[in-house]
Formats: sequence, structure tokens, C-alpha cells
Amino acid sequence: MEYLGIKIEKPKVAFFEFTCCEGCQLQISNKEDTLIDLLSLVEVVNFREISSDQKDNYDIAFIEGAISRQDQIDKIKKIRKNARLLISLGTCACSGGVNSLINRHCSEDAVAEVYGEYKKETLPVKSAKEVVKIDLEIPGCPINKDEFENIVVHLITGADFSFLKYSVCVECKQNLNHCLLDENKICLGPITRAGCDAPCPGGKLACYGCRGPADEHNWPALKQTLIEKGFTLEDIHEKVSFFNMLTEVTDNES
Amino acid sequence: MKVNIDINVHHVTRTEGHGNIHIKIKNGKLIKSQWEVVETPRFFEVMLKGMSYEMAHLLTARICGICSIGHALASLRATEDAFDIKIPEAAGNLRLLSKHGETLQSHFLHLFFLAAPDFFNVGSVIPLIDTNRDIVDMALRLKKCANDMCDILAGRTTHPTSFCVGGMSKAPKKKALKKIKKELLDRAVDAQKTIDLFKSIKIPEFERKTEFVSLKGEKNYPWIGGDLISTDGIIKQESCYLDMTNEYVVDFSTSKFAKLSRESLAVGALARINNNYNFLDPRAKQVAEELNLKPVNYNPYMNNIAQLVECVHIINESVKMIDELLDKPLDNICAKFKVTAGEGISAVEVPRGILYHHYQINNSGKITKANCVIPTTQNNANIHHDMSELVKQEVKNGKSDTEITKMAEMLVRSYDPCISCSVH
Repeated sequence: MEYLGIKIEKPKVAFFEFTCCEGCQLQISNKEDTLIDLLSLVEVVNFREISSDQKDNYDIAFIEGAISRQDQIDKIKKIRKNARLLISLGTCACSGGVNSLINRHCSEDAVAEVYGEYKKETLPVKSAKEVVKIDLEIPGCPINKDEFENIVVHLITGADFSFLKYSVCVECKQNLNHCLLDENKICLGPITRAGCDAPCPGGKLACYGCRGPADEHNWPALKQTLIEKGFTLEDIHEKVSFFNMLTEVTDNES
Repeated sequence: MKVNIDINVHHVTRTEGHGNIHIKIKNGKLIKSQWEVVETPRFFEVMLKGMSYEMAHLLTARICGICSIGHALASLRATEDAFDIKIPEAAGNLRLLSKHGETLQSHFLHLFFLAAPDFFNVGSVIPLIDTNRDIVDMALRLKKCANDMCDILAGRTTHPTSFCVGGMSKAPKKKALKKIKKELLDRAVDAQKTIDLFKSIKIPEFERKTEFVSLKGEKNYPWIGGDLISTDGIIKQESCYLDMTNEYVVDFSTSKFAKLSRESLAVGALARINNNYNFLDPRAKQVAEELNLKPVNYNPYMNNIAQLVECVHIINESVKMIDELLDKPLDNICAKFKVTAGEGISAVEVPRGILYHHYQINNSGKITKANCVIPTTQNNANIHHDMSELVKQEVKNGKSDTEITKMAEMLVRSYDPCISCSVH
């Protein structure tokens, strides 16, 4: 394989999933226009959800999902050993995602509520990077399929890649959406990293920050605005903590 | 005659989520045949407790990456039932169309990406890119059409953004609706080729009498809300869903099992068609006939065919629905409502079968109790018991370990299980 006359090695890639909805891997198969071209850039050696052919000789491993049981800890450690590059795919792998909400409850009570007298093994939810070293995190619930393709093409061709530094608010304005803060909704677009093209505010659903904080943001000002609009700290906390992606900017504040 | 077989499939491939198959035969006698869901438990019902009503559909959509629209709709309907909200007619139509998009993308994904490799004797769809490029291109066109439909109507295929309590937060532009209609009509040739492809495929011969459960059609093929029906003659109101599901826990599975009149029940495309064949679109009925699908069909492998018949039905119904919507104003899409304490129950037919959400909500709009019953949970016992019968049949037919393993894996895949969902 060549790109601009430079010979490129076709990396062997693998996909694995832990505690999640598997929706991020689905986004890759939903990239119908360029899927075959994208697949021609790599050799897929392990992708259980769509393939029965499975090997462990991969260079790049993509992992989706949070870690919430001992066998997953063992498995992700094994994947870390095998992979040259380990990439978290989606918010659940990056921060635990919505799965983290269960950490507010006692696990024994949760098991008892769902399974009654039967014991089922579970651990408090962790992100992948709390268990092993992660080389790159691609956030989003779900991931943005164009951004994913862009990152993969950059990685394989050896080109530099950087995430957008500005916020979802900028993309939302570019799309000429009506501002949801003006419609009295708790929208976290002003502090959340762009790159998704603002699909939530585009559907008049407020942004809850699934992509984590933008490089440039002003949480104290947004929080003050929300309080002035009459929202309680409890209302605000429910939204900023939903995906567990904004704790680094909001933890000391709310 | 060889009579000792030991099959252990760890994490069946080409399914959503993680399940194992264990089969043991000693001296020709079936010692063990087990369908075991080993996915990590996720506890969404516990997470919902204390959450604001307006967040419930956003959280529960995340139960499933493939049927997030279905979960969001079941969740919204349960909340709307609790608050006694009647959503505007146009909002109901837009929601159903969104769900049609989801069912199409889910069924095509299953038929081409998950099931078809078995019929071509390959490990995945990837080798088919070189050997059967026309089929892969066709699959991608059909899937894209369905995903575009979801993007336009629901804002996004996975984790929709245009729904809200009371109806829809945003309506698509009429120009966009026309685009969907054109795409659906443009896919007619591909749909016909898919039908021809599945006519050329040999569906395994196997039958086990069971009870099929679905929504009960009144005037139309049912998708959202209404009475519940079983092929054993049981009819219940939506609010009595617990009598229709009877979930129980088994020690070898993190997903529950369910039953009704027999040791197991089945939900999904085959169950819907078995109960509502007469409400299928005429062309879909014709395709069912051409593919030898007549109610009541007890061959679980025919669920693949039932999904294809539903795709034909959905394409035709969607075109009709879009024509009707194009003649209507789309400005009234969300009902006003008051937050009051209440209890709501909702049944929605999602791609893999009937899905129930049930919430209790307090005066401040916080959820105090939640229960979700997932299609795959309802199918688990049926998969489990089918597998025993299948293994007995195949041992009698003198099949090898490898052949039995393949048949058992294909059996699991034919249900198109959504295992992450089932351990919500």
C-alpha cells in the first residue's frame, strides 16, 4: 500500500468490547460510503461482533466500553500486552460513561434489586485508563464516525492529528441552530469539545458533554449563567455528571 | 456410531454481546445443552432511580447501540403514560417512521453482516468484499438508506436527538422527507435482489413448537403500543406485561429467562409475523409466500426470512406514511403537559421483539422505580430449549462436532440476540 509515493505498512487491527451498548463499533459499520476503502487500509484480525475469524497478533486495538468485572480487567491487560497501540473508543471506555452512574449506588443492593437472591459478580465501574495505559482516547456517545475515520487515516499514514480545541457551541453556531440556553435548557455545548458537529442541539436536545471539556472553556461563567436562569445545583449536577466526562472541570465547582 | 461430543463456544461471534454455548453428549445421550449469557450486568433500572423524567429516554437509549431509537420510544411512552400525555398525531407518525428506519438498519445489518457469512461459509462479510462485491455494495446501500432515514427523522441512528417527552423536539424538513422517500424507492431493485439471494439460500430444517408473543394488530401491523398476544391464545393488555413475561433468574446466565404457557416463549420478527400475518403489506405477504413463510412457523432459522419480509413491509409502509406526512403541517409535534406523580407502562416492537418499559414517577418528576423487559431476555429460554432439541436431532442425523457447532451458532444468530441489552 502506498500513499503519496510512501510505502505504508498495513496495520493489523482488533476491536474489543466491555461494558457498553456496542454502539461505537456500530458507527464504523455505519460509515457505508467509505467503509470498504477504510477496511482496505488495515487488516482486521479480531472483531468478534462482525467476524468469526479471530487472532491475537494485532498492532492496534480499539476497545469500547467501561470495565466492571474482574474478567474484563484480566482481558484488557492481555490486550494491552498484545497491542502496540491501545485506543479507547467512545465515552464508556474514556470515562465509564453512563455506566458510571451505578457507582452512586451500593453494588450489593444493585445486584439484589435486579437478580434477587442470586449472586452476580460485578465491580464498581472504571474507565479503561484506570486499569491500563491508554495511548489515545476517541470520545463521544456514540463516537462521530467521520472523526473516527479521520483519526485512523492520520494514524496509518503517520500524519499528525489533533482534536478540535474549541467547543461544541462553535459548531452549533456554524450550523445556525437556535441557542438552547436561550430556550432555558441546561446546555453544556459552551464547555464541551467540538468534533461531533453538534447533533444534539441540532435536534433541540441539549449537549450533556459526552466528549469531555474543550481546551478553551469557561465553566464558572456557564455555571453562573445557569444559576441566574434559575436552575438548581442539583439540576446542573445531573447534566454535567451524566457522561462522567466533565469532572476535571466541574468537580471543584459544583 | 460416534456418540461423544463436547462443544464449548466461548463468546459466540457475530452477535451483539457475549454469550457461550455448552453442549455435552455422552454415549449418545444429551448430558448438557446450555445457552449461557456471560455479559457483565449493567443495572440501568437501578441507575434510573432518582433520575429526572426528561433524562430517562437519554439514559435508556444507551442500553443498546443498535435499537436505541426503540428504547428511547418505549421510555418516552412509559413517561407519557405516567403523565397521561397524548402526543400529537404527526409526532406519532414521525416516531414510527424513525423506528422503521431503525428496524431496517438493524435487520439489514443482521441479514448481511451477521447471518449471511454462515450461508457463504466465510468468517465475516470482509472476505465477501473480494468474492461477492456486488452483494456487499448492495448491503451497504440498503443499510445506508436506513441509517439516512434515522439521521433525518431521529437526528441520529444511535442515541437519537430529536425525541422529547410529549412528542418530537424537532421535525424534519419536508424536503428531507422527500429525500427519504426517493432513497427508499431507489432501493427497490436492491430489495428484490436481496429477496432473490435469500431464495437461493438453504435455511436449515428444524422445528420446535413454542409460544410466540408480540403486540396484537388491530387494523395495522403493530409496532407501538396496544394489546399483547400469544400464539397459544393468550391476550393481555399492555399494562399486564408482567403476566406475559414472567422473568426468572438462572444461575448460569447474567440475563434473565422468561416463559408464558410453556417452558419458553419467543419474540421478534417471526413472532410478529406468526401473530399478525394478515396485517402485512400485500407485497410483503407475497414475499413471505415465495420464501415459504406461513404462520404459524416453528423454525427459528426462519426468523432471518421473517426479518426480510418485515423489511419489504416497512419500505412500503414508510413510503405511504411519508406521502401522508407531506400533505400535513408539521408544526404541532409536541404536547404540553404537567409533571404529576404517576405510573406508566409501554410496549414497543423493536427489531428483536417486544420491549417493555415501566416507570413510577414522583411529584417532582423523579423516577422512583423502573423495570425494563428486553426482547433477548424473553428469547433466552427459547434459544436454550431449541438448542437441546437441535442437538438431539443433529446427533440422530449423524452430524459431526463441527457441523453441530455451526448449527448451534447459527441458531443463536437467527434470533439476532442483543445481549448487551438483555443484561441492561
